[in-house]
Amino acid sequence: MYKITRKEELADNIFLMDVEAPRCASNCLPGQFVIVRIDEEGERIPLTICDYDREKGTITIVVQTIGASTKRMDELQENDEILDFVGPLGLPSDLCLEENLEETKKKEIVFIAGGLGTAPVYPQVKWLHEHGVEATVIMGSRTKDLLFYIDEMKAVAKEVYVTTDDGTYGFHGMGTDQLQALYDDGKHYDHCVAIGPMIMMKFVCKLTEKLGIHTIVSMNPIMVDGTGMCGACRLIVDGQVKFACVDGPEFDGHKVDFDLAMARMKQYATEEGRKKLAYEEGDTHHGGCGNCA
Amino acid sequence: MGDVNVRVPIAEQEPKVRAKNFDEVCLGYTEDEAVEEAGRCLNCKNPKCMGGCPVSINIPAFIEQVKNRDFKRAYEIISESSALPAVCGRVCPQESQCEGVCIRGIKGEAVAIGKLERFVADWARKNGIKPTTTAAKNGHKVAVIGSGPAGLTCAGDLARAGYDVTIFEALHKTGGVLVYGIPEFRLPKDEVVAAEVKNVESLGVKIETNVIIGKSTTIDELMEKEGFEAVFIGSGAGLPKFMGIPGEQALGVFSANEYLTRNNLMKAFKDQDTPIFHGKKVVVVGGGNVAMDAARTALRLGAEVHIVYRRSEAELPARVEEVHHAKEEGVIFDLLQNPVEILSDENGWVKGIKIIKMELGEPDESGRRRPVEIPGSEYEIECDAVIMALGTSPNPLISSTTEGLDVNKRGCIIAKEEDGSTSKKAVFAGGDAVTGAATVILAMGAGKAAAKGIREFFGETV
Repeated sequence: MYKITRKEELADNIFLMDVEAPRCASNCLPGQFVIVRIDEEGERIPLTICDYDREKGTITIVVQTIGASTKRMDELQENDEILDFVGPLGLPSDLCLEENLEETKKKEIVFIAGGLGTAPVYPQVKWLHEHGVEATVIMGSRTKDLLFYIDEMKAVAKEVYVTTDDGTYGFHGMGTDQLQALYDDGKHYDHCVAIGPMIMMKFVCKLTEKLGIHTIVSMNPIMVDGTGMCGACRLIVDGQVKFACVDGPEFDGHKVDFDLAMARMKQYATEEGRKKLAYEEGDTHHGGCGNCA
Repeated sequence: MGDVNVRVPIAEQEPKVRAKNFDEVCLGYTEDEAVEEAGRCLNCKNPKCMGGCPVSINIPAFIEQVKNRDFKRAYEIISESSALPAVCGRVCPQESQCEGVCIRGIKGEAVAIGKLERFVADWARKNGIKPTTTAAKNGHKVAVIGSGPAGLTCAGDLARAGYDVTIFEALHKTGGVLVYGIPEFRLPKDEVVAAEVKNVESLGVKIETNVIIGKSTTIDELMEKEGFEAVFIGSGAGLPKFMGIPGEQALGVFSANEYLTRNNLMKAFKDQDTPIFHGKKVVVVGGGNVAMDAARTALRLGAEVHIVYRRSEAELPARVEEVHHAKEEGVIFDLLQNPVEILSDENGWVKGIKIIKMELGEPDESGRRRPVEIPGSEYEIECDAVIMALGTSPNPLISSTTEGLDVNKRGCIIAKEEDGSTSKKAVFAGGDAVTGAATVILAMGAGKAAAKGIREFFGETV
């Protein structure tokens, strides 16, 4: 069992947890993820690592309630325990490896975080800051109520630009609009890391391809075991089958087949939706509403 | 007493009934049936069956005790060689091992060794009898990576010899392929697998789940920081293979590993949080045990199921019993046929599969006749899901994080067959991580050989 040592509501339907997982905390690096299973009925939920404390042996995760399992997870409080917690999984970000530090220091780096993507961006910016590299961060969300970690990010980044799609906070527009605006102002970037919803990463890649900025994305496809066994998380990258859990989650964004990846996300859309409804309303949806298959 | 050339029949769920549930197909012998079947054993002076068993169970001796109705003694004899008899009695390909060389098989049917093994193990479990060890603790710490058949066997043998063994399992449940791969209707998880894992624990083996070696910690760290003096790698097979045909990325194309993991490990069939796709017409590509498991699972989830395999029935790599059961339940076998393209609808979902017919040509390097396409024989099968059961390639997590551990060009860890030793000192390996996807019993054989290798490494004469 893995004890929850801190829980905070960050925004609408978004919460943070620190979980005691000493083996994971002593070996994880930014870019990696964990898999959490709250109870015997729960799914194995992949979550990116938002922060870690090697001394306390804790991992910080940020969760958005989207399915039956995450909804139940939100009911857990400080000092409650999670049944299963495994990690770190996936490869660390290339930017956050000591052996690449000399190269990294030469680059002007911009991060674009969309929605929950702020969580996995934060440890990378923090790691770079601790290693003498100052990066620019554009963090955006649909609306003000979904923003989180602005102060934390400001503490470790060179510059932070906040955007909302509806203009309720910061720059009115998307992360791509902000990047274009910075570019138009004469800013130059060698390297971009975009993490967020697939549709957002796809559009960032379209823009950076045009601007000639090398771009890394962190893919979050559906996973089951997350350890390199089931193959559910396969993607097409540069025409080859790749598995996000062992070959990623980070890939060269200009080589990822996003349309396919987005289609694959919907593979279980209806079945999962039914389970969430069953959990919330005590009965499942039986179709016929016109909104489901 | 019936005809000595014919086996005592065993009770099974009716095909029509079991095709709709996930309960075990085979119901096992009663005491009287087991004693009668044991009576068919000739107790050969030179028992060929023992040589056919990868873990060398003293088969005539345990069957003799079944004949005498001393089932406890029979269990003790099996336990000397096998940590997982209730599993092996259910999933071993006996027809090509112990039973394949049984003298009774020359004139009639071989003695039902597997079914007797299963009977003895089930009897012991129901009567609360556990394996025991009398060896004194020797204080040597050994880490075992993976709690599948190879790891459990290696750990059991070492614990029995007095070693301090800890198993590290990446998943949340112990058993490896026994829990994520093989379905409930062939191998009950709580009743059989969990009970046999408990038996291994009762020998003093510790198990830590949710530890992924190569990530949560490494082999070098286990040895340098945690005091383990030797390590056995039984991490199993890895990522699923695909065919590389056009349309294979369509929605509704699943690997058998994903389909089975959702259903078996995550219990999707019991309506837990993890979903599984309920197809109406499902095509399973492949002819091994995994293909049979996927097909029979899809059938139970309500689909019409076709198995498409490029060779003929004689070459099906699956156990004869699995093929027989699948047919009885209504799985349709489209043999000597091979997919060439997967067709999808406007939403990108599978709507059919284009198949070409094959004929058998000259034998290939495996000795099996090579399937050759018949030009112009293509046709389409309509379906809404395709499951690829084509085998796996090794998981790179351990080999890429362990310095000095050699792998072959396929990525499999190189280990000596006789003692499991690898290129790295004090590190041993066996099972699918070494051979690529194979069988439960071969993995157990490798775990056993490595346990012997580890004992010799510590200076024992075994």
